[in-house]
Amino acid sequence: MAVPKKKKSKSKRDMRRAHDHLKMPNVSYCPQCHEPILPHRVCPECGYYKGRAIISTEES
Amino acid sequence: MRHRKAGKHLGRDSSHRRAMFRNMVTSLFKYEQIETTDAKAKQLRSIAERMITLAKRGDLHARRQALAYMTDKKVTHRLFEELRERFMDRQGGYVRIIKKGNRQGDNAPISIVQLISAEEGKKKRKKKAKAETKAQMKPKEEASAAEEAKEETTAQAAAEAPAQEASPEEPDRAESEAKEEV
Repeated sequence: MAVPKKKKSKSKRDMRRAHDHLKMPNVSYCPQCHEPILPHRVCPECGYYKGRAIISTEES
Repeated sequence: MRHRKAGKHLGRDSSHRRAMFRNMVTSLFKYEQIETTDAKAKQLRSIAERMITLAKRGDLHARRQALAYMTDKKVTHRLFEELRERFMDRQGGYVRIIKKGNRQGDNAPISIVQLISAEEGKKKRKKKAKAETKAQMKPKEEASAAEEAKEETTAQAAAEAPAQEASPEEPDRAESEAKEEV
């Protein structure tokens, strides 16, 4: 069976992992309450989407 | 190949899928708005709109076709009586899907499926408004044109008026002259 001949150096290992970072989600801001939201979704904070209340989020 | 095979299996066999969508479309017309996953919502929309089209047709055969699919007679009745009226002057697009976010338990994307409410004639209102503005614009133009025309007529009248004023005097003069002659 084919097997690596040499141990990869720390440098080579870390170079491989250079692209393993997590990506930031595409955040936009709610026009109603200015909280960060995912685009094209109901705002989980105020329950508004496209200028109308979709879900009630009254917890006070 | 899945050419021309619309729709998704959703991890169910066909009878399971059919049963699920029958229940879902019935619930949608019962509660106006339901929550489900994005994939199911998208397929539910086409079924729901088909039902509304049947309701808009409204004859006995259409009613039986709807009853054959939906699971609740009362809901079907409501669809054919109340909801039908609501969608009568709308050409499709009776159902709205709003994405809500991901579900806590399995991170599934959830959306809200809702029937367009009766008040939301926004597009139509816009069109109507446009039509109205156009109508307003046109009368204005016409009115302005009419005003211009009036002005013209008044001008003409003014021009004619002296002539008219002059012309009645002439007969008088003629009469007076005639009298003098006599």
